Amino acid sequence: MRTLKKFWIVMAMALGVLASATAIADASYREQMKGLDEQVQEVKSDVLGIAAELARLEERLLYPSNTHLAVFIALAERDTLRLDAVQIQIDGQAVAHSIYSFKELEALQKGGVQRIYTGNVPTGEHQIEVTIAGKLDTGKEYTRTERFAFTKGIEPKLLGVTLGSSELQLGDW
Amino acid sequence: MPRATYIVGLGLASALAAAPCAGKDLRDLYFGEALYDANQGHYFEALGRLDAELALHNGVDEPQRDSLHFHIGEAEFSVGDFELYYRMHLRAGRAIKAVLEGAVDDAVRNEAAYRLARIHFQKDQAADALVALDRISGKVPVAIRDDVEFLRANVYMALGRPAEAAAVLKRLQGAQSLTGFAAYNLGIAMLQEGHEQDAIAQLDRAGQLSVKDTGPLAIRDKSNMLLGKLALESTDFARAQQFFDRVRIDGPFSNQALLSAGWADVSAQNFERAVVPWSILAKREVTDAAVQESLLALPYAYSKLNVHGRAAVLYGDALKSFGEELTKVDASIKSIAEGRFLKALVREEIQQDKGWAIRLRTLPDAPETFYLMQLMASNDFQTALQNYLDLEELRKKMAGWQKSLDAYEDMIRLRKQNYDPLLPGIDAQFRELDAQIRLRMEQRNHLQQRLHHLLIEPRPDLLADADERIVLESIRAVEEKLQHAKGPEAAQLQQRVRRLKGVLTWTLYTTYPERLTKAHEHLNALNADVALLQKQYQQFVRSRQAAAHSYLGYDDTIDRLRTRAAEALENVNQLMAKQGHLIETVAIDELKSRRVRLEVYQTQARYAVADSYDRAAKAQGNAAPAGGGQ
Repeated sequence: MRTLKKFWIVMAMALGVLASATAIADASYREQMKGLDEQVQEVKSDVLGIAAELARLEERLLYPSNTHLAVFIALAERDTLRLDAVQIQIDGQAVAHSIYSFKELEALQKGGVQRIYTGNVPTGEHQIEVTIAGKLDTGKEYTRTERFAFTKGIEPKLLGVTLGSSELQLGDW
Repeated sequence: MPRATYIVGLGLASALAAAPCAGKDLRDLYFGEALYDANQGHYFEALGRLDAELALHNGVDEPQRDSLHFHIGEAEFSVGDFELYYRMHLRAGRAIKAVLEGAVDDAVRNEAAYRLARIHFQKDQAADALVALDRISGKVPVAIRDDVEFLRANVYMALGRPAEAAAVLKRLQGAQSLTGFAAYNLGIAMLQEGHEQDAIAQLDRAGQLSVKDTGPLAIRDKSNMLLGKLALESTDFARAQQFFDRVRIDGPFSNQALLSAGWADVSAQNFERAVVPWSILAKREVTDAAVQESLLALPYAYSKLNVHGRAAVLYGDALKSFGEELTKVDASIKSIAEGRFLKALVREEIQQDKGWAIRLRTLPDAPETFYLMQLMASNDFQTALQNYLDLEELRKKMAGWQKSLDAYEDMIRLRKQNYDPLLPGIDAQFRELDAQIRLRMEQRNHLQQRLHHLLIEPRPDLLADADERIVLESIRAVEEKLQHAKGPEAAQLQQRVRRLKGVLTWTLYTTYPERLTKAHEHLNALNADVALLQKQYQQFVRSRQAAAHSYLGYDDTIDRLRTRAAEALENVNQLMAKQGHLIETVAIDELKSRRVRLEVYQTQARYAVADSYDRAAKAQGNAAPAGGGQ
């Protein structure tokens, strides 16, 4: 019995030594991790700068301002519509279709705005058709289609569509 | 300050998660888009968008006419928040300082000061955090009022000023959002102050709070664990047992609580009672350190109860288990050294939810993670893992960008191929048409001027039509010929010419108003055509410019982007290698330390199993003669 007790003490001491060694190692690793963390932050900053320049290049190259059209989707505030999908047609052509995951729907409900389409249209009169599918808070299936006319000038055109369970609204930005 | 490590930094994440903007008054769609990305945790995209919007906004001559103007305060705050979420503390600090130093009202300045203080606190810069908090004065937004005070208390504790922390925390005891956390930290502050009895009473309150949420439940367990330890230290084993019993059986502290409860019983020489928690614990996930200890502790309790046979069997089981675990740890070390841990980390399906680190355990090909859960839960290691994942994301993005740049170059080349042969011909044709247009425009302007003069000074002859002009010319020619003619015939002819001229002049004068009106109508019709022509002209000029802009002037930008991306990619690869190596080294060290611990356990189990069998045999031997004698 005495031998067993002695063993416990030895074991406790051994584990204690191990723990303090680990603590010293931890401190050294911590410093290294901190140093690397700062370098990672710098590289993130660099890459964000590249992303910004690339975005400007893309916009100039792919969507010149005289033809640039962007369509955004927002949810009406405090609307209980459970949005499943949105389809967009411009001048009778289907241009965008989105099916919403829970995360995306939550992002819209928190006030986020989704850019669902970016493309090019000539200046002049056009028509946009928005079709939505979802569920009402009663659980009932809900679909709705609305058409809106809009004019494209020589500046970029931004259209915001606000979706709700009672109406779809087109906003001009 | 050993006790300081117990304090809980609550509120930081929850306050950060507060949505910066509601959709109701959104005036800038791109700001809304940044929020949409951020709300999904896509902070790189959110930052990219918001940085671009802010740069545009700051570059315009009249920012108040820019749509971001309506959200500029929120946008500048959001940048700081997104940077924090994206683990860019250096930039976040700068962004928030910029807000703080701008001409803003109390509420905005105070919120900025709070956020800055939070960053300093997270970076273990408590003194700087306090300086930032001291800048808060005047109106503090209600939403952050309690969080500000809670942070202040935590800062005081980190600075070793428990009395001030306790004073703040006492005022926060009624704060709903801090239920449990404020109570626990007050107990810790009192302990730091040296008021042990008050601290125990306070922690006792924190350990019995009626709460439902995961966070407060965990903090209640933590309070009871601490109370148990304090009771153990003061050899009040029965009380310690009560506190450990309060810890939830399925919470994050349950294994430790079961283990400690057993030790409290053993310390009170109540070995029979110690068997109960240790028996429960011994059946749990064997990679947990507490469970492994229980594998030895349980037979130890049996041996103390003189049930040596049972103890021998359990020591045997423990020995077998430690052997198996050592094999598992060795396999894990080998697996990590072969780079499989990092490969498992970057698997996309693993990162789909917030509990990705936990889900790693479910991977059949990532055995190493079983022993790393505790390590992976530590802040520094989490940051290192997240940095590694972020770098992997950046690497993928840049690989994608290289492809995009290739595609853009190809697109530009094709556009050049298309336009280069066409444009010289089009330009020549345009120059010709342009000359004609200019001539016609001059004519139109001349006509307009003449008509304008006719309103002031009527000239009916100018409105004669082509036939009338021919007739007039003929009359003039005849008049000239008859000018020097003599005789009665000539006089008669002159008379006829005068009559004809008179008829024509009469017609021109009497129809002059109608002719003038018609002329203006024709001019208006011409103006409409000219307007159309000018519109087409402008459209052509824009199209011509667009054609040129579609392939000219991109070379420098693309070359620069290519170079920058290549350099950044090299940096990312180097950093990934360093970060990956560090993660692997720390993980392997952790596994090695667990390995050493397992070896110690194994040695002890090996000794104890033999000892227990001896004792069991002795006991049996002692019992046998007695039985034989009967």
